[in-house]
Amino acid sequence: MEKPSSESPNRIDRRAALKWMGAVVAAAAVTDKLLGAPKDPGAKPIEGAGRLIGTDPVLNKTYSPGELWSLTLTPAQRVAAIALIDLILPPDNPATDKLASQLGVQDFIDEWISAPYENCAADKPVIVSGLDWIDAEAGRRFQKKFAELDEAQKCQIADDICGKTPVKKEFKAQQQFFGRFRSLAAGGYYTTPQGMKDVGYVGNVPSVDFAGPTPEALKHLGLA
Amino acid sequence: MAIISEKDLQPIYDVIVVGSGAGGGQSAYTLTMNGVKVLMLEAGRNYDPVTETPMFQIPSQMPLRGMSTRQKPFGFADATVDGGWEVPNEPYTQASEDPKTHFKWWRPRMLGGRTNHWGRISLRNGPYDFKPYSRDGLGFDWPISYEDVAPYYDKVEMLVGVYGSNEGLENTPDSPNGTLLPAPKARAGELFVKKHIAKHGLPVIPIHRAVLSTRQDHVNFPPRLHPGNPKAQKILAKAMQERAACFWATDCGRGCAIKANYQSTTVHLPPALATGNLDILCNAHAREVTLGADGKANGVIYIDKATGQERAVKARAVILAASSGETARIMLNSKSSRFPDGIANGSGLVGKYIMDTVGGRLGGSVPAFENLPVHNEEGAGNHVYIPWWLYKEAGKLGFARGYHIEFGTGRRMPGMGTGGASPGYGKSYKEEVRQKYGAGIGFSGRGEMIPNKDSFCEIDPTTKDKWGIPVLRFHWKWSDHELKQAQHMEQTFHMIIETIGGKPAKMSKTKEEAIEAPGSIIHEVGGALMGADRAKSVTNQWNQCWEVPNLLLNDGSAFCSNADKNPTLTIMALAWRASDHLIEEMRKGNL
Repeated sequence: MEKPSSESPNRIDRRAALKWMGAVVAAAAVTDKLLGAPKDPGAKPIEGAGRLIGTDPVLNKTYSPGELWSLTLTPAQRVAAIALIDLILPPDNPATDKLASQLGVQDFIDEWISAPYENCAADKPVIVSGLDWIDAEAGRRFQKKFAELDEAQKCQIADDICGKTPVKKEFKAQQQFFGRFRSLAAGGYYTTPQGMKDVGYVGNVPSVDFAGPTPEALKHLGLA
Repeated sequence: MAIISEKDLQPIYDVIVVGSGAGGGQSAYTLTMNGVKVLMLEAGRNYDPVTETPMFQIPSQMPLRGMSTRQKPFGFADATVDGGWEVPNEPYTQASEDPKTHFKWWRPRMLGGRTNHWGRISLRNGPYDFKPYSRDGLGFDWPISYEDVAPYYDKVEMLVGVYGSNEGLENTPDSPNGTLLPAPKARAGELFVKKHIAKHGLPVIPIHRAVLSTRQDHVNFPPRLHPGNPKAQKILAKAMQERAACFWATDCGRGCAIKANYQSTTVHLPPALATGNLDILCNAHAREVTLGADGKANGVIYIDKATGQERAVKARAVILAASSGETARIMLNSKSSRFPDGIANGSGLVGKYIMDTVGGRLGGSVPAFENLPVHNEEGAGNHVYIPWWLYKEAGKLGFARGYHIEFGTGRRMPGMGTGGASPGYGKSYKEEVRQKYGAGIGFSGRGEMIPNKDSFCEIDPTTKDKWGIPVLRFHWKWSDHELKQAQHMEQTFHMIIETIGGKPAKMSKTKEEAIEAPGSIIHEVGGALMGADRAKSVTNQWNQCWEVPNLLLNDGSAFCSNADKNPTLTIMALAWRASDHLIEEMRKGNL
């Protein structure tokens, strides 16, 4: 891939620049988590819109979507969401890995867009109308629901809106939908045990000593 | 004695301690280990990290994947209970509508206070940090020197357990041999930064944090900490044996069920309770300190939050350790004919010269970190840091005081930011997510703010909280020293990220944008300065109020400067020192 050199960091093409922007956003999340106070005071609740997480929730339990507030998606929207999630996050080893939808990523997205917080509420119309659109678009192109399409047909629609290649003007709203949906799907997936394994996170496991970097990691960085 | 309810209150105590965090916990510990009968008042609920901490929970078990909300600003799993920059029923106000003058006031309402979630960074103030005025003519000198406090830093480090190393660097004190626990190994990205920025003169060294990297020496430490006090030694030896060493897996900010890190609730309070000399009353919100006819403090009026009733308790001495803002508020609300402007406030200085730490930040991504061979990088929060390295350049920088740098790298627990921004979908998308995961870096500066007369709090003339107690109103102004320092931080981080071949995020356009909002860093200190001159300070060098010597301020309120070193270790050292002195004075009958 394109790598900016430390001598001329500005000499990167647009595609690389977009990639870097993404990584910088992720880096900001790392900064928030690791280094002192969050820059943002946290999601703002919408009073009266549902039960909030509150100031003193029970921490030592597992929460399920729908437990704190009611969910939004219709059965048809859920079916479309499942198909899109599994298109975005296909299993690396279909024989052993579960589908992202089997891990309940659609339930998380539903929980998110239904939550009584301003940032979540802002996602709700984007996700709901986007799922309606994707079924309608499947109907226009193939006279089927999105979930009923074959892989190539699904890709034909997704390629038009995913932003990997320039997106046509008429699909700008759908591009925004796809970006938010992918972001929520990825956040939902990579925070599950399978997603963590998939991305290569092997922490959260007790050990007697902190072993530090492996010889391979040191070599990778030119430190061995 | 134990965690009690109101009906079990004794008619009078030797000492009432208001607050249960670093200052209150240390005060109660020192006093009760020496036979003093103490009542601790805590405004929040009882809290037990052993049973309540979500040690291994992952985001998929939490609502909204653990998203940060106004009511849980550090995320769902953070230890803080009923706290944050906004606390229900407990408003505070700003004197001006200009957001630049606003102070964000963090308050927890739980046993142990903010020690339950803090970063555990435990740096000693150095010799320069106690005499800043003498060095550059700004701010105030402390009436004590590093040598006065050093023995107490030694004691606190042994008691709470601090990992780190001695590096012999300027104004970055070493600890006596055997005091610190071994520093954990640096992570791959930390070593990479160290290697590449050495040429710029920035040292990357082990940080000091209050986490047990090994179990404590429960045989030799107790006699060193409590010579000639076999009961205290025995209690402490047992308490130390009940703490496990860190297992390098979970986020310290959630609290620690195995007691490997320091929080007042796992380290100070259990041995203090074991002495039988401590009563703790929770949900007791202190309103004012009462004054006897003899001019001495003789008790505290508090609100029982369960019933809303006002209650009074009596003692021979009172220690306020409620957090510097809350301590100032209690003092200003403690009005009498003798002290119409608040107890021990004849100087008019209570609430004045409040400080936070100067914060700056910049993140970036580092291609060299991509596709790093998979290994466990979780560890225990910060392992290394960069102490202030430009003492010799002080006159040339355009700002007077220094900062240290904390930074984070590595393949840490995924969250909502993971993968969200890569383009496309399907196999190639997942491949790129894997490539980018762990390739971020984040830098934060923590710098010294110089106290100034425009940063203060006072009682709001109209606003009251749910219980009818007048609230604080804040005024704030950074001086150019802080603003320029924050800008210097950003420039330094930008330089470091470029030096390691990374791509920095966008920098701030102005120095006002570069600095984090006042109160963000939650290193709130000052408001009741310690000094050598009773006309120009609120307390003497023993944290005793000049005008009411049996009223002590054992939290950060007595700080007359706020070095770049995180304040908690110094709060504990001074609380121990002040409590030792209080015991002596009580024995002598001087109070």
